[in-house]
Amino acid sequence: MVKLKVKDVIFGYSGTNILENVCFELGASELVSIVGPNGAGKSTLLKCIDRILTPKTGCVSVEEKDLREMGRLEVAKTLSYVPQSTVRVFPSTVFDTVLMGRRPHLSWFSGEKDKEKVWQVLELLGIEALALSSFNELSGGQQQKVLIARALVQETGVMLLDEPTSNLDIWHQLDVMEVVKKLVREKKVTGLMAVHDLNLASKYSDRIIMMKNGKIVAIGSPAQVLTSENIAAVYGVEADVSIQAKIPYVVPLKQLEAF
Amino acid sequence: MGEILKNPVAAEKAAKGKNARENSGIRAAYQHHIWKKLFFMVFLLLLTLFLSAFIITIGPLDLSVWEVYHILYNELLVLLSTLLNLIFPNSFEVIETPGNVVWDIRFPRVVAGLLAGFGLGICGCVMQAVLKNPLASPFTLGISAGASFGVAVAAVLGVGIIGGPYLLVGNAFLFAMLCSLFIIGLASFKGATSETLILAGIAVNYLFSSLSSLFQYFATDEQLRLIVSWGMGDLAAFSWKNFPLLLVIFLICIPLIYLKANDLNLMTIGDESAKSLGVNANEVRIFTMLLASLLVATIVCFTGTIAFIGLVAPHVARMLIGADHRFLLPASGLLGALLLIASDAVALNIISPTTIPTGIMCSLLGVPFFIYLIVKGKRKEFW
Repeated sequence: MVKLKVKDVIFGYSGTNILENVCFELGASELVSIVGPNGAGKSTLLKCIDRILTPKTGCVSVEEKDLREMGRLEVAKTLSYVPQSTVRVFPSTVFDTVLMGRRPHLSWFSGEKDKEKVWQVLELLGIEALALSSFNELSGGQQQKVLIARALVQETGVMLLDEPTSNLDIWHQLDVMEVVKKLVREKKVTGLMAVHDLNLASKYSDRIIMMKNGKIVAIGSPAQVLTSENIAAVYGVEADVSIQAKIPYVVPLKQLEAF
Repeated sequence: MGEILKNPVAAEKAAKGKNARENSGIRAAYQHHIWKKLFFMVFLLLLTLFLSAFIITIGPLDLSVWEVYHILYNELLVLLSTLLNLIFPNSFEVIETPGNVVWDIRFPRVVAGLLAGFGLGICGCVMQAVLKNPLASPFTLGISAGASFGVAVAAVLGVGIIGGPYLLVGNAFLFAMLCSLFIIGLASFKGATSETLILAGIAVNYLFSSLSSLFQYFATDEQLRLIVSWGMGDLAAFSWKNFPLLLVIFLICIPLIYLKANDLNLMTIGDESAKSLGVNANEVRIFTMLLASLLVATIVCFTGTIAFIGLVAPHVARMLIGADHRFLLPASGLLGALLLIASDAVALNIISPTTIPTGIMCSLLGVPFFIYLIVKGKRKEFW
């Protein structure tokens, strides 16, 4: 069953287009990574899907419902977005930060039901003990988990993640990715994430979308997309791709001169 | 322990028990945290009421506590019977009371301090939240400087939107609103960041300060005295005549701002995140800034430049009860009121019978306290 459908999305400022005719479909409970060099349009695509940015043309629909016909609150009940973690000027506690995710569902008061949902999600992600800590006092990995928790209490079927592992050490990269995988498997969330690390994408994704200059170059299973030829064409890097534990493993070797 | 090691089921049960204990511990701590905030709000409210009740009994004129409250009681009876007569004509006899220092000077001054402090505290809090910047306040955004310039124009040229006794006040209001609308207009441009707005505010501040200085340069001695004394900020200018207007603006702006408390929380996490959670950040920014500007313009046109409250009250409140605007807005307001009436009381009585303008005393007392809190608070990552 198609959960998320992106059709002919074009986005740009004035004359230049950042996204050109992007089309793809995501199934239910599928985890898909978007990879590509800096400036390929990965984050822009996520923002266009969540209607944080408004595409020039094209349509995004979730379960056949066109997002253009929905109000802001309705979109927030359908899709959740996990931004890259940044230090906040006025940090709130972890609990209050996650409670913000209930905003699309709440009236002015946050009821006991909403608070209970926050507790459940904090427990699920193993960060309940941090509930009263200030967001800025947390490590990068913990902050990323809090942002995922905030998206999770939105109770949407689709979660968009913008480079959830950037700036994390390898232990925390795996920790965050295991959480995302758990949500996809157990909570039946459909996940779409922009990611830089090709090996993480290979290890955790059901499918990979490879982008360059705002266009999709390849889409398919990690083994189909992460080939030496594709990597050379998109990144301008010669890479050795071997299969380890049934998944492709990429070792970048050198920059290609004629790129 | 030995049994747990041998028996995996027992080990799991023990671990679950431990988790449950820890979890109930953190949940209890959260409840405690909420109660502490509520308790603090009640404490602030009582402290403000107590301090107001005390301040009204002190002043250059020697009156006993009993005399002060006796006069106040009589005046309130008069007020009540006048109000009731409006509803049920001629059913109550209104006894004329002689003019007195308590009802005509001290009481309006405390009420003005409470309203102005409360309003400035809330406006500072709103501006800091929507611009995500700890430097934002009615003063740094140039609103006070605009009002000051309006006063200079009225004093020197005698030109204003309304004449008569409201010449100064009308001009102050007009120019304060013009500055705010300029900043808000900038905010509605695509791509305007909070830094752009703060910088534009500071630039506007310089522009109007220079223009005011230019007017002061050409002013006569009397005009100069008027401009300078207004710029210092003083509650003495406030009288009962201004009260209904201020109250109406308060009753419109403050509930509307408070209804947006949840959205203000979301504004602090960034426009994109706020949008993804269903809040149109730009709309919230323009709506709350308009309300805050209207409130500030109304306050400063009556009291002059009392710059410090709008900056400091939200910061102190944030240090004490955290960043949730459902608590932070009223706490900023109450702290603003408290700081202003306390400073005004000191300004009135410290070298009695000479009185010092409120704005000066407010900064003199507030700055050392604020710097102490910044140095202490930085370690706890409040900003």
